[in-house]
Formats: sequence, C-alpha cells, structure tokens
Amino acid sequence: MNDLPASTRPVHEGLFQSDPPGLLGTRCDDCSQHAFPRATTCPYCGSERVTDVALSASGTLRGWTTVTTAPPGYGGAVPYGFGIVELPEGLRVITRLATPDQRFTYGLPVRLQIVALHDAEDGTTIETWEFAP
Amino acid sequence: MSVDVEIAGIGIHPFGRFEGRTVTDMGVSAVRAALAEAGVGRGGFQAAFCGTAYAGVAAGHKVLGALALTGIPIVDIEAGCASGAAALQLAAGAIRAGQHDCVLVFGMEKMPKGIIRSSFFEPWREEAGLAATPAYFALRAQRLLRESGLTPDDLARVVVKNRRHGVHNPNAMFRKEVTAEEVLGSRLVCDPLRLFMLCSPNEGAAAVVLRRAAGSSAGRVTLASAVLRSHLPGSVLGEATPLSGIDDSAIPPPSTLAARDAYEEAGIGPDDVDVVECQDTDAARELLAWEELGLCARGEQRSVLDAGDAALGGRRPVNPSGGLLSKGEPLGASGLGQVVELVEQLRGIAGPRQVEGARTGLAHTVGRGANASVTILTRS
Ligand SMILES: [Zn+2]
Repeated sequence: MNDLPASTRPVHEGLFQSDPPGLLGTRCDDCSQHAFPRATTCPYCGSERVTDVALSASGTLRGWTTVTTAPPGYGGAVPYGFGIVELPEGLRVITRLATPDQRFTYGLPVRLQIVALHDAEDGTTIETWEFAP
Repeated sequence: MSVDVEIAGIGIHPFGRFEGRTVTDMGVSAVRAALAEAGVGRGGFQAAFCGTAYAGVAAGHKVLGALALTGIPIVDIEAGCASGAAALQLAAGAIRAGQHDCVLVFGMEKMPKGIIRSSFFEPWREEAGLAATPAYFALRAQRLLRESGLTPDDLARVVVKNRRHGVHNPNAMFRKEVTAEEVLGSRLVCDPLRLFMLCSPNEGAAAVVLRRAAGSSAGRVTLASAVLRSHLPGSVLGEATPLSGIDDSAIPPPSTLAARDAYEEAGIGPDDVDVVECQDTDAARELLAWEELGLCARGEQRSVLDAGDAALGGRRPVNPSGGLLSKGEPLGASGLGQVVELVEQLRGIAGPRQVEGARTGLAHTVGRGANASVTILTRS
C-alpha cells in the first residue's frame, strides 16, 4: 500500500473515464451492438470480436425514480435518483441520476458527470457516474 | 404414449413471519402434510427436489433427515423466485422419463427482513446504489403505465383485488382488506410504487407429491405442463437486471417464452385457462404478467380491471389466493404455494375463494436470473 492514498478512486475500475467524462463500453465487430460494462464476449451475439470504445456522454432520459431508503451495501447519501438513459449508440444504461429533479420527463436530454459517492475510511473520495439535465 | 403426472398430495406451511421457527421446521411441516395426503412414506418415493434460495447448504437433506426419509437422491435447486417451480419441473421430467414413479417436491424459505440482499450483485454495484431492487420494480412499473395508459389508481385496484381475495386464505400473511385510498396513501417507496403495492419477503414452505398416473380417474388433478425458461439478452428492465440493454420491443420476455411452451405442451391456449396464480411481487408486475402470459392484449389491462374479470366471481380470476401481495413471498416456496392453491381450486375445495367449475389452472413466477416458470394443471 502507498502511504499517501490517492485522493479519489472510482467505485469500480474500468467503468468510466473522468476526462472527458465517458462510460467505457465495447462495440461488437460482428453485430454492431454496444455493451456496458466492457465485455470480452458480445452479450447479444456471442462474438468475441469486440472493440473497446468510450460511449457518448449525452443521452435521453427513458425512466426515473427516487431511492429514499439506503439499499443494503450502499455507500452514498439518500435520496438519490435512479433511472435509464438511452445513448445515441442505441444503448440503454441503468444509472444514478443527479439529485431527484421535478424537471425529469420522458425524453429529457441529460449529460454524464463524474461525482463523489462517499468517502472511504482512509479518506479517499469514491467516485461514480451519474446523468444530470 | 406420454406419461401423465398426477398431483398425489399437497402440503403447506402458512406464509408469514414465525419467530423461533427454523426453515427446516417449516419444510418438515409442509412435507409431512403432502406425504400424508398422498399416503406415501419411506420407500414410497424415489427422489426429492427442494427449491430454496436462502436456506443454505443441503437444506433439503436437513428436512428429510428430520423425518428419517433420507437415502434417496435429494437435490436442492436455486432459481430465484422460480426455485419451487424449477424443482417441480425437474421432478415431472424424471417421472415422464421413466426414471421415477413418485417424487417429492418442496420449497421453503426464511427470508431476511427489509430489502432483500442478493449475492447476485457485485459489491461495487451495491455500493454505487445500482442494486436497489424496488427501484427496478418502479422503473418497470413507470414504463408499463406510460406504454399501456394505466395510472397509479389501476395499480391500487390490483392491490385491493388481491387483498380482498387474501382475506379468505388462512395461509396468507395479510388477511385484512385495504381500500384504494389506503393503498394510494401508503408510503411512497420508489415512485410510482407505494408500500402497499409491494409484496413482503417472508417465511413459509409448500410441498407437492408427484406420481405417475395409472389408468384414468375422474377428478384427478394432473400436471399438463411445467416449464422453466431464462431471459434472452436485451431488456434493460428485465429480471436479469443488467446494467445496459437495447431496444427490446421485439424480444419476448422469459414469462412469454415459458407461457408459449407451456400452452403448447398442454395443448391449450390462454382462453382455456379458468384460474391463474401469477407473480405479483408488485402490483404492476401482475398487470405486466397478464399481457406476457397472453391473458389480455397489450394495453387491455384497464378494461379487464373495469370488467372485474380478474376478481373472484369474474370471467377468469387471477390470484384467488390473495397473491404474493397477501401471502408475502418466501422465494423457494412461492411457486409451489401457487400450485397448492390451484390444486385446491381444481379439486373444488377452496371454500370462499373457490372459482366455480375451475378445470384448468395456470401458475406463473418470474424473478432473479432471470427465471420464469409457467405450470399448467388440469382436472380430468
Ligand atoms: Zn455482437
């Protein structure tokens, strides 16, 4: 272990990049479908010919609700938004949404941002992704 | 010549919360009742299949060990909400294949309290808040409301219906009617779902003895089909709960896959079904199941509700037992609990819950995996 902990760390490696913000996915060379998170086998056709891509940072809102009670194992604050965003690649992603917002409507344009989820015991800030209007 | 499989005995331990009772105690209670009804004891059945998701290692062995009935093959089966139905399907297959003449099937659970924690999810996904099961239910409900022109009032009507049925079920956890106002006034869990629209994970057990049917016998209840299917990839809102999906408008959900196979195997269609027990983990889930099972067309739920078709006394009652909304959901037991209800319905012994003249019943579960099961029972 490093004596000086990194100041920030993603909730899980390989899900997103911060600069510029983007979810990390794959595109199938055979059926052209995108996948998230990254997979070595296309979840739709089973092809192993997949290419790593950064997915679009903008999308449209396809579903939203609010989680008011912290689910088991959850590290962040409640309430938080939870929903589905459709990316231009045709991929529908399950995502956290920026603090529940009365403006949420079906088809609302939203944008990806990397945000602090909570602080770990060693003081490291754990980051995750969310979409916001 | 296909082999007919009859339901030789049923047993159930009530669904609810039972302080101080182990899951083994409950399994023993249901198994003992089913074996007694079938008139089957040690040496009378050649295998046992036990459905459970949370009871741990060799859970079925502990039940049969407590009854001095070990020695035969005992297999524990986990298939999420379909665990009990999966056990039934394997048992029926073993009889049809000529491997066994009589098989014990049981399911049992003692669920943790609160939102169910599932080893299905990676720890990081729980940490990030992306394993919130009721939120998935809510997104699915929101989509159904939007696409089928339904409202939260319609969700409340499902709860009122099932809770009214549950009043008459001695094995249900909730036996008090609720009004639509009470449902719509209960705590908002995840918009649009309110507390009374969600079933409670709980405890219970159910058991069924299957036997190769010999000759013909009027009034005998037989298993016309027992089908288990998993999901095709694509739906972001399916019970497989992936982190992403694609346009799923042309991808049949696992409940539809199971229903198609089950109808074909039974040689019937949805219109031939007299009584249904379906997955009502939340009120929207039941309404979605209606269309997935072919009980109504897409968007027709409102008119079915208006006509009272799915209520006791209606054209084709759904969840006369009160459903999971009244009984609660002990995962491994819930599918077999449905079968127990349907057998009582087809035997005509369901008392105030009786669907008059019921001859064909359909049971449906869908959940984690995804797993979906459809079981069809008929009375000769
Ligand atoms: Zn592919």
